[in-house]
Amino acid sequence: MTAGGAALRAEGLGKSFGGFRALSGVSAEFRAGLLTSVIGPNGAGKSTFFNLLTGAFPPSEGRILFGGRDITGLPQHRFARLGIAKSFQITAVFPRLSVAENVRVAAQALVSRLDFWSHRARLRGLEERSAALLARVGLSHRARRAAGELAHGEQRALEVAMALAADPALLLLDEPTAGMSPEETRGFMDLARALAGERTVVLVEHKMKLVMGISDRVLVLHHGELLAEGTPAEIRADERVRRVYLGQRA
Amino acid sequence: MSGTAAPTRARLPGLAPLAEWGMRHRVFGTWLALAALPLLLPSTALATSVVAYGLYALGFNLLFGWGGLLSFGHAALLGGGAYATGIAIAHYGAPWWAAIGVAPVAGAGVAFLMGVLAVRTRGIYFAMVTLALSQCAYHVAYQAVGWTGGENGLRGVNLREVALPFGMVLDGLDPRVRYGLVAVAAGLAVAAVSRVLDSPFGAALAALRENEARARACGYDVRAVRLLAFVLSGAVCGLAGGLLAIHLSVVPVETMHYATSGLAVMLAILGGMHSFFGPFAGAAAFLLLESAVARWTEHWPLVAGTVFMLCVLFFREGIWGTLVGWLRR
Repeated sequence: MTAGGAALRAEGLGKSFGGFRALSGVSAEFRAGLLTSVIGPNGAGKSTFFNLLTGAFPPSEGRILFGGRDITGLPQHRFARLGIAKSFQITAVFPRLSVAENVRVAAQALVSRLDFWSHRARLRGLEERSAALLARVGLSHRARRAAGELAHGEQRALEVAMALAADPALLLLDEPTAGMSPEETRGFMDLARALAGERTVVLVEHKMKLVMGISDRVLVLHHGELLAEGTPAEIRADERVRRVYLGQRA
Repeated sequence: MSGTAAPTRARLPGLAPLAEWGMRHRVFGTWLALAALPLLLPSTALATSVVAYGLYALGFNLLFGWGGLLSFGHAALLGGGAYATGIAIAHYGAPWWAAIGVAPVAGAGVAFLMGVLAVRTRGIYFAMVTLALSQCAYHVAYQAVGWTGGENGLRGVNLREVALPFGMVLDGLDPRVRYGLVAVAAGLAVAAVSRVLDSPFGAALAALRENEARARACGYDVRAVRLLAFVLSGAVCGLAGGLLAIHLSVVPVETMHYATSGLAVMLAILGGMHSFFGPFAGAAAFLLLESAVARWTEHWPLVAGTVFMLCVLFFREGIWGTLVGWLRR
């Protein structure tokens, strides 16, 4: 995959819940190897957009193309196996499993799922991979603890390690810094920036200021529609975006 | 699996290594218990019951304790195995190995049919769907009098001889021979269950129990994992049913009754659903208590219910789980 080509493309995506149109006619491109942020005020349809892109539920209309392949309507576990990983807005780990096992079992999903007769320790490389990823997100010293015992910020970091476990081409993060301390947030943004060098990253974020410094591209959603798209500088200069964020904590 | 946080008081020094050993060698530890059981219990028949019901609870717990799915329909799996073995012996005069071998296949088959429908649901709905499907199975068994004996049960499940290689023939009517047969089959099944828990699938099952949405986002097909868990659970419970049929020489239609489904839940919780050996311990405690109390009063269910409630209220990890927790800290 060459940098600059479209890793993921949304074509006229829309989603209705009953009579409520949460998202309509959103077309966008997420280019390979770049960090693209999706921002917008509350109720703009960010989470709906995120859930469509990660296959949590199918769109009411439109298509999703991943590396040129139409993946609209595939079940979510197929999204994951194709190389689309996500982190959850509400922290989701396996609380009673050890931190190391959380990452190991996430990595295992790509190589072995229903083999009930061999020993899991015989799957080569998974434990090493788990250890390396924990080192990367700074959780090595917690590896043997139960994941449920970690502090909130640590659990968020663990989630990123789990999302990276399958070595995804595309990583989508839904408000990853929610509930993090300012220091943790800064550290996390550095990590997100570093990750973008090796894979495509999509960051859904409520707080505009957080992502401006690290994003290559920014999409702005408003009332379920795509309001603007461009580089952070272009977005900052955009009159419509200013109007939407005016009067709010931008 | 790691034990839960145990109280730091109640320290019994010297026994902690024993508990650690038992956790590390759970299969061998269970085999030792199977070997010792006839010596510890008042009768061989009671020991055989404990092993058969212990295996039933263990198979149920594969789904319940390890997979986080509460089924109220396991009687159909136990019954499926019991009738398969019973019919093989009573109608076809099958040799012991064929009669036992057909039980897990039948249990897995019934589980597959139930599972295909049930794994689409979760939580209370899963419990209700499995209950409804097992009631269907009960009525099939009740009506198919020619095969199952209907209300009267399937009689004449008499394993007269157990032919071994090199011309050895054991008397199938001798309780000790039956115990040996049941214990060896159960011992092998225990080793198989332990192996399943250590497998990649076992890891996926645990992940799914912990957080279904996250497991799905990792790439696990939730329904496929659950269906396989249900089928494997069915194979173990089916085998338990077959062993029970051989032990009792009869398959009562009550084997399929929903109370038998409830029994599996009770045994697993009583013994400890988060420990490997817990369900066996639950079966041993339950049946021992039953044989003791039933001698004094006919209101045995009242006592069983009280014990169960006390256990749920004060020993959340069950008899075995609590004991191991004490020994380890």
